[in-house]
Amino acid sequence: MPDSVFDNGYWPYIYIIIAGWLVTDIWRWLGVLVGNRLSDGSTILVLVRSIATALVAAVIAQMILYPSGVLSTTPVWLRIAASAAGFSAFILARQRMIVGIVVAEATLFGGLLMVT
Amino acid sequence: MKRDGNEYSSLRWFLKGAAGIMSIPAFILMGAFVGFCSFSYETGVPMAQVAVMTGLIWALPGQLILIGAMIAGASLPAAAIAVGLSSMRLMPMVTVLIPEIRSKSTPTWQLLFLSHFIAVTTWVYTMQNARDIPEQGRLPFFAGFAVTMTCVNVVLVAVLYGVIDRLPEMVAGALFFLTPIYFITSIWASARSREVHFAMVVGLILGPIFHHLTPGYSILFSGIAGGIIAFALERILPRKKGAQNA
Repeated sequence: MPDSVFDNGYWPYIYIIIAGWLVTDIWRWLGVLVGNRLSDGSTILVLVRSIATALVAAVIAQMILYPSGVLSTTPVWLRIAASAAGFSAFILARQRMIVGIVVAEATLFGGLLMVT
Repeated sequence: MKRDGNEYSSLRWFLKGAAGIMSIPAFILMGAFVGFCSFSYETGVPMAQVAVMTGLIWALPGQLILIGAMIAGASLPAAAIAVGLSSMRLMPMVTVLIPEIRSKSTPTWQLLFLSHFIAVTTWVYTMQNARDIPEQGRLPFFAGFAVTMTCVNVVLVAVLYGVIDRLPEMVAGALFFLTPIYFITSIWASARSREVHFAMVVGLILGPIFHHLTPGYSILFSGIAGGIIAFALERILPRKKGAQNA
């Protein structure tokens, strides 16, 4: 067995192609094919869009609550507070993304400076 | 070479789309990829695999899940299911974007090829701008923006790999924090119907709950449960006056 899955000859690339590329692009291709048929207001599309958005939201929640890398060394309450502050600012600023992002980052930075 | 403003050729629209690389959403995504690059370096994913993954998957959550699966030593089918589930969200996004960018004469193979470059950022940017572009310019505009974004970010992760570990930890953390905030705000802002907002809120709440109840399948279960709840809310709750179900 190699030390790491990452230096195992061509295996990581096969892994990336099958478990990364194929399973991702198949949804894009299906989207193209279905996009020709479903009308934007159809009930099925509303349901699929709800499930898809909730899936992404769950991914986002994981990124904030259980991150990997350097973010995992920051306090969880600070990441939640920074996200909440950023989102509130975004809503108050009439949904200007840049405002939400700047406030979230500023809260995270400010909080870290105070904690450390 | 100068043409009348209304008579842009496909090439001109492609270049106009490519110029979108100098936009705030593009910079945010590049920041997120710098964070991703730093994360990959920390976890020991070789540079070539990081670059290949970025070009082939071109969806950050899927890339993170794939790396997580590789580290955990997950079997190929398990990893494929996990990544495939996170990429499911691309299908309705593509479904909605296709009618916006195609013209009557666009062949399906072109759409199948170009659909690879649809991810959150390119989707939001194209949805926001396509309406202001004449119909025949939309597909080249999208292609110019999306293909450029993909190529630039592949080069970016390859060039910055190993460089960014010398960045202060706080900077790397702040860059990585861009991704969730950007996803929340961009999806929220680009939503054209209210079930997207319901699903975002419910998904954010259910995600951590299912993380404890069903570790390993939390994304799938919170997605399905959250989606059904959001769908039900959309059906049950009375609409605001003047609001349309677009």
